[in-house]
Amino acid sequence: MNVVPLDQLWVYLSGHPLLSLLVTLLAFLVAVRINRALGGTPLVHPVTLAIALLIGFLLLADIEYATYFEGAQFIHFLLGPATVALAIPLYDHRERIRRLLWPLLLACGVGIVTAVGSTLGLAMLMGAQPETLLTLAPRSVTSPIAMGIAEQIGGIPSLAAGLVLLTGSIGCALGPGIFRLLGIRDPAVQGFTLGLAAHGFGTAHAFARIGAVAGAFSGLAMGVTGLLTAFLLPLIVTLFGL
Amino acid sequence: MPLIMGMSVLLACQFAGELLARGLAMPVPGPVLGMVILLVGLIVRGQVPASLRQTGEGLLRYLTLLFVPAGVGLMVHARLIGMDLVPIGVTLVGSTALTLAVTGWVLQRSQRRRSARGEP
Repeated sequence: MNVVPLDQLWVYLSGHPLLSLLVTLLAFLVAVRINRALGGTPLVHPVTLAIALLIGFLLLADIEYATYFEGAQFIHFLLGPATVALAIPLYDHRERIRRLLWPLLLACGVGIVTAVGSTLGLAMLMGAQPETLLTLAPRSVTSPIAMGIAEQIGGIPSLAAGLVLLTGSIGCALGPGIFRLLGIRDPAVQGFTLGLAAHGFGTAHAFARIGAVAGAFSGLAMGVTGLLTAFLLPLIVTLFGL
Repeated sequence: MPLIMGMSVLLACQFAGELLARGLAMPVPGPVLGMVILLVGLIVRGQVPASLRQTGEGLLRYLTLLFVPAGVGLMVHARLIGMDLVPIGVTLVGSTALTLAVTGWVLQRSQRRRSARGEP
């Protein structure tokens, strides 16, 4: 029997989509286990942990992100149909949404102005570079929309996508504490708030941790915020004189 | 074959959304428009087909996993983020906290006022 040298085997494996897929699933499983062992704390979000584990693995194994993504894109692709599927919980809770339509729209408008205004204001105070500023501006909407907006107003699209993800994990970490502080217990309000401030991350979190009602309102907030921000942001940016 | 049926419906809606977004040059991603299309379809039909529910809810249950591959992309921008680390960090945390607090507060207040006035 002929045994192929290990390094040769590794060269074959590390370029194969199979490895990326497998490590992504394994990292997610491990992250969920660790999160559970820590008592399900929102401070160490399983997704953030899985991402950190994978980045560590890729750096150690010296695999480029592009190579990794060739395999992981099969998981990434499912984001599209999953976004479409958000219509199902929205449909299930349509009566409640119709009843709350005006409060929801009001909260959405105020939330977007707060998100963009405080982002630009804080970043300006901290002395961020203009390019960083424009890249930060769309950070609270879902990444495909954020990339489009960043490009439109003069930021860096791919970095915008990364900042969107950071925003998402920060939102999930801060959410429960802020809800407790303000005495917000209604799952619909919690979900909507998470969807607005932390887009798809918040929506996924709302589904997994709070329940279907929160998930539905979160998906609604994510969609409406994305749509409205695409139209509002160029105006707000002009107001700040950028 | 409920899984295949459900997936076909989801992909068809995404496809239609993608076509609409490209065709009208809208700054909105195709899947978001696909979600609107499916919602309109469900309202017209008056119910969610069992096959679609099975597939859709299965996908939504693992929504968090689907964000992982894009998130790993952060490693590409480590240097860029490092250059503006403090402003970016403070802005992200501060602004996200403020957005959560303001949105939650406004929605809770306006919702309560509505129910206090006795509106349905």
